[in-house]
Amino acid sequence: MTGVTCRCISRAHLPWLVIILAATLLFPSVSSGETNTAFVGVVGDTVPPAPVTSLIASDRKYDNGEAIDLTWVPSIDDRLLHGKVIGYRIYRSENGGEYKKVGDAGKGDSQFSDETVSHGNRYVYYVVAVGPGGQAESIHTAPIIAEREWINFNRKYLFLIGLIIAGSVVYFIETARRGKKLFIRRIAGLEAVDEAIGRATEMGRPILFISGTQDMDNVQTIAGITILGHVARTIADYDTKIRMPVSRSLVMTAARETIKTSYLAAGRPDAYSDDMVNYVTDEQFGYVAAVNGIMVREKPATCFYLGAFFAESLIMAETGYSIGAIQIAGTAMPTQLPFFVVACDFTLIGEELFAASAYLSNEPKQLGSLKGQDVGKAIALAVMIIGTIAVTVGQSWNIDLMNNIADWLNSVFKTN
Amino acid sequence: MRRQVPLIITFCVGIFLIAYVFSPPLTDFGENFSVYFDIIAVFAFFLGGGNLIRIHTNNLRRRKKDWWYSVVTLGAFTLMLAAGLFKIGNPGGIGASLTTSGSWFQTIFETLMSPLNSTMYALLAFFIASASYRAFRARNREATILLVAAFIILLGRTPIGYFLTAWIPDSWSILRVPDLSVWIMSFPNLAGQRAIMIGVSLGVVSMSLRLILGIERTYLGGDKG
Repeated sequence: MTGVTCRCISRAHLPWLVIILAATLLFPSVSSGETNTAFVGVVGDTVPPAPVTSLIASDRKYDNGEAIDLTWVPSIDDRLLHGKVIGYRIYRSENGGEYKKVGDAGKGDSQFSDETVSHGNRYVYYVVAVGPGGQAESIHTAPIIAEREWINFNRKYLFLIGLIIAGSVVYFIETARRGKKLFIRRIAGLEAVDEAIGRATEMGRPILFISGTQDMDNVQTIAGITILGHVARTIADYDTKIRMPVSRSLVMTAARETIKTSYLAAGRPDAYSDDMVNYVTDEQFGYVAAVNGIMVREKPATCFYLGAFFAESLIMAETGYSIGAIQIAGTAMPTQLPFFVVACDFTLIGEELFAASAYLSNEPKQLGSLKGQDVGKAIALAVMIIGTIAVTVGQSWNIDLMNNIADWLNSVFKTN
Repeated sequence: MRRQVPLIITFCVGIFLIAYVFSPPLTDFGENFSVYFDIIAVFAFFLGGGNLIRIHTNNLRRRKKDWWYSVVTLGAFTLMLAAGLFKIGNPGGIGASLTTSGSWFQTIFETLMSPLNSTMYALLAFFIASASYRAFRARNREATILLVAAFIILLGRTPIGYFLTAWIPDSWSILRVPDLSVWIMSFPNLAGQRAIMIGVSLGVVSMSLRLILGIERTYLGGDKG
């Protein structure tokens, strides 16, 4: 063979041979093997790729009958010959009807989820391997029905933990109802509410109440409105003026109703006015501009910021600080808490916002619900300690038992 | 009765929304609830808009203090409402999208609303500076720790932070300011945030139960009625 080659190449070709040899050594990726396969795949290839094998369709478990998952072993040409397969097409027949394409998968892929199915219908699938040389159809799957399941057992542990926490809340509510004294730690921000209202009364200035910038579908807004009920009751007793600009119409309605009832409960319905609560705008920064304007013009003695806040938190709280108002804030937004901590006199951090209403009401039933939360905290604490130890020890010393514990805890607390 | 109906509705909807988390067939219904809320909120907007007009009209009529702000508010409200409702200047006519380029609505939004929003947002930079000045004074041990942590994080995110400690060998790389900054954010800071989130979640569970079971009624105006 070498002799034949030598006879065909003259001395004039030698420099080219040297260049080709050098290029082959320097750039091995474009050397013979890959160049050959690419060539086979792209130019003049008329041979279709081999079809996919082991195609299986399975109904997705614990769903609403809305998905069927397909798995297959990719075409042998996809695995061995570069460029022989460029992708896969998935075809489906519904209830014995004609086959229609429902999606594509890339080369090398071995699965596809059809999320366009309807529960109760019968489906048959096949996958087509597509290449430059043509396409090859796989065998058809057995008919499969997308089943609807009523209970999502993937969330059984979540259900169990929720049941334990909810059960303990109800248990402590009942315990408190029977008259047992429960210890609830002092929350400085809530202890200061009366003092802050008293200060505004003495100074003859209004109180500003902001229940966040979210609507009534946000639990933080509801928490803010429940605290407003207690604040309004004291305000009605002290005959102090309250200003509550809101950024949502539904919040305006709920706040008015809450304040009105508090004034009724205080025996001063005549002192209530709808103008205490007014709608400004849904626009975040438009609202902030209006609130800051009210602060600068009316100089409230006390500002409450209780609800869900975003970037507006610091703008409002710093303006309140600049006018010398006593400020009590509370939010469950972790990113806004540092701003409130810096700019306000008292800050209710996270859960304290939700506990505020129960704390201020001093009703045994409500206080009992706070005690029930402690069981949840105990579970969280225990899981965190065990999980941390399991992961640390398991990964440091490669102990299977610890790794298994960590995996199990991970699966238990995974919600999806 | 005025209190009983909302309590019954709260109980039923609350139980349903818990059930939908665990029952796939209820998923669609559960998601529809947020759509229902949006529909109610749209109707409630008439209340809000009406309130805005009433308050500012009163301010004008009675020539209350700073009444000229009410002129601006009512003028802007009317202009934007008319531009949006009647699609004034919209090249596509009344049937076109509200945000079609060239329409009055879109032009006002882009040339007035957006710059005004950005201006308010930009104020945050100054407020952060003044708040940081107060927060980072080393008055006690906690404030000193906060100051040191903040200083490391600020330094770690600037080129000078990198150059100052680039000489530290790889085996001690944790002591390089950028790495230290990442460590503070990834561990102590994240741990604190997660602790708050766990507390918040439990607080939400407790509060939701109080609402569902009708123990918490302040949002309905308390126990009276």
